[in-house]
Amino acid sequence: MIPELGHFALVLALLLAAAQAVFGLVGAHSGDPRWMAAVRPAVAGQFVLVSAAVGVLIHAFVSFDFSVLYVASNSNSALPTFYRVAAMWGAHEGSLLLWAWILVLWTLAVAAFSRSLPASFSSRVMGVLGILSFGFLLFTLATSNPFERLPLEQIPADGRDLNPVLQDPALAIHPPILYMGYVGFAVAFSFACAAMLEGKLDQTWARWTRPWTTLAWCFLSVGIALGSWWAYYELGWGGYWFWDPVENASFMPWLVGTALIHSLAVTEKRGLFKSWTLLLAILAFSLSLLGTFLVRSGVLVSVHSFAADPERGMFILAFLVIAIGGALTLYGWRAPLLRSAAGFQASAREAFLLYNNILLVIAALVVFIGTMAPLVNDALDMPAISVGPGWFTWSFPFLTLGLAVLVSIGIHAAWKRGQLGQQRRRLAIGAGIALAIGLVVVLVIYGVGDWRSIIGIVLGCWIIVSSLFDPIDRLRRKLSLPRAIIGMTIAHMGLGVCVIAVSTVEAYTIERDVALGPGETVAFGRHAYRFDKLEPVEGPNYDGVRAQITVLRDGLPVAVLHPEKRHYWVQRSTMTEAGIATRWNMDLFVALGEDLGAGRWSIRAQLRPLIDYIWLAAGLMALGGGLAASDRRYRARRDVTHVGDTATVPASAAEAT
Amino acid sequence: MMPRHKRMALVGGIVLGVGVAAWLGALAFQANVNLFFQPTDISAGKANDGAVVRLGGMVQKGSIQRTAGSLDVKFLVTDFKHTVPVTYSGVLPDLFRDGQGVVARGRMQNGVFVADEILAKHDEKYMPPQVAESLKNNPPPPDPPPAGT
Repeated sequence: MIPELGHFALVLALLLAAAQAVFGLVGAHSGDPRWMAAVRPAVAGQFVLVSAAVGVLIHAFVSFDFSVLYVASNSNSALPTFYRVAAMWGAHEGSLLLWAWILVLWTLAVAAFSRSLPASFSSRVMGVLGILSFGFLLFTLATSNPFERLPLEQIPADGRDLNPVLQDPALAIHPPILYMGYVGFAVAFSFACAAMLEGKLDQTWARWTRPWTTLAWCFLSVGIALGSWWAYYELGWGGYWFWDPVENASFMPWLVGTALIHSLAVTEKRGLFKSWTLLLAILAFSLSLLGTFLVRSGVLVSVHSFAADPERGMFILAFLVIAIGGALTLYGWRAPLLRSAAGFQASAREAFLLYNNILLVIAALVVFIGTMAPLVNDALDMPAISVGPGWFTWSFPFLTLGLAVLVSIGIHAAWKRGQLGQQRRRLAIGAGIALAIGLVVVLVIYGVGDWRSIIGIVLGCWIIVSSLFDPIDRLRRKLSLPRAIIGMTIAHMGLGVCVIAVSTVEAYTIERDVALGPGETVAFGRHAYRFDKLEPVEGPNYDGVRAQITVLRDGLPVAVLHPEKRHYWVQRSTMTEAGIATRWNMDLFVALGEDLGAGRWSIRAQLRPLIDYIWLAAGLMALGGGLAASDRRYRARRDVTHVGDTATVPASAAEAT
Repeated sequence: MMPRHKRMALVGGIVLGVGVAAWLGALAFQANVNLFFQPTDISAGKANDGAVVRLGGMVQKGSIQRTAGSLDVKFLVTDFKHTVPVTYSGVLPDLFRDGQGVVARGRMQNGVFVADEILAKHDEKYMPPQVAESLKNNPPPPDPPPAGT
């Protein structure tokens, strides 16, 4: 009975989503305040209903209701409670429900924090969000109902268990946070559509849109980093990025989203790049949808591949075409009306932001080509191909080089009329410090190592040093230091840290697959890995072996690692739990392969310098974004009381920072 | 405002730069595209030029051989029409198993596929799409994989 209530709640939520779309869009079009007033209750009702559905599904998992197909396929009586809750989004149907719930959550936030915006505008935003919500709920109900029951005679005594890869604490946070990012771009998308429907896009619009976009971007940054970290320690591959199609699917919206938050900055400060900003907002969400299509349709070969279901793929494809096609049609029709009047010089800050936007979009294009080429080839009946990581690792150093130089120089440029000549001293000092630090660090620690790593480390230092000039200058002159500036500085330092860390990891990682037996040692320069012993382990739903491996440095033990090989009983699958010791400057990594016979095991041993700083960098970027999104001027607008329908913030407040 | 000829030079420079970048990009792309072959294609000699390709198929049951205590492993990849011998040295993925789908990257050397990377997928129902396609036309005799959900 209870699962049917969840199903019923979803059906009602679908109807409310339709109501939200109709009331929002038609009400705003006809200017009827009563229609527009019905939008927020529809959002609230929808939130309650979808939350109820989520609650019902979690309840079904916790209470071992194996009459529900989804629970029977993804849970087991031996599965710990924690994973039974998180298993709710552990497979296709539940993760769609999670997506729908997060979309409604964002919509609720928009409904709550958009009261100071003109009613017609906020109604249109929520109307567009209603269309998206309708599409996703319809998709869930029509092709992937998580509440589907098994016929009485087919109800199993026990479930088939959650995929062992997913039985990790990261399952609880990686998907929700990643989806917060993906789905969050729906808000920017809806703001863009609403602006095009209104036929009006001004600096106020950009100020409304910015915090939402930045927040979504922060979630996406953290979500991607969590996924990367998870793959690192769980899959036993020992890297941070594999150019796997599904990783790429999350990276493309991130790149375009990064371009978008910078383009929005120009639109807010200078009223420029209007149609470009709109296009990026549409693209960022379109790529999020594309990512969902790629993951959910099974057309891609990836670690995230589920067994393919063409019907689902076709539905998302149709939804994709309608949503993107509709938005782009609207764009083609309305964007020409939104002209920017002002001009700027080729060395002004606007220009640098434009160049970085172009590079970011090219980067997204590079990822897009590499990810989609196999599909396109397949669709055209050409020979099947795959694009190796070499394509990406060839392109990204160039793009990063360009981006790093542009950030380091552009950060000093003033709006409108950038007289870089006046900044010559800052540029020289910044570059000098970066060059000195970079060279000294590399030469002292690694000797004459890899020249590419020297370039990377110097560039990373340059970004960090450059981004510190402005805040230090403000502090010295006792000027105010708004959160927007602090946030920007931290996020750019995050980029610098990321460039340094990636360059170092790529150049100085030592990795080897070796065959080792108890008592045997493999040496890595000053480090050595000694295989001590192997012992059995048993968990709640698995058994396996655990090795003890001691890492020696100059002959002295510095760490003891315990990699495991687990056999999960129900799915009869084998999982690797890597043994990792984290030091401030490196990770010592060991993963167990398999029993090779003759007492030896295959072992993947690695030494990765600075790898943790890659994830730290993502954290810094997100922290910076969060600070910038909470800047006073975005909150200040709520102090402005409702002045009719056009609550405009005085221009002076906009220019303050 | 920039003088006209200066602007023309700038535009020309940008066009040239973009052109060169696109050309280099196309070269890099070509160098990194691996063709995907099935054992039947390999048997037909399509990979005999020594290029790096991907080989997809099922690991033939009972064909995995290893020298005790060594990382070297040999097995056969089949599409149930032809088989290709594969050698690899290194840690195999968890899902690498008898009778399961596998994708190997490497090149043909003297009739043996020397793999430098072996991929197997976390979904045990997973099968390379091309293999699934060819199995549809030519179903395998022994136990088929369990039906998908």
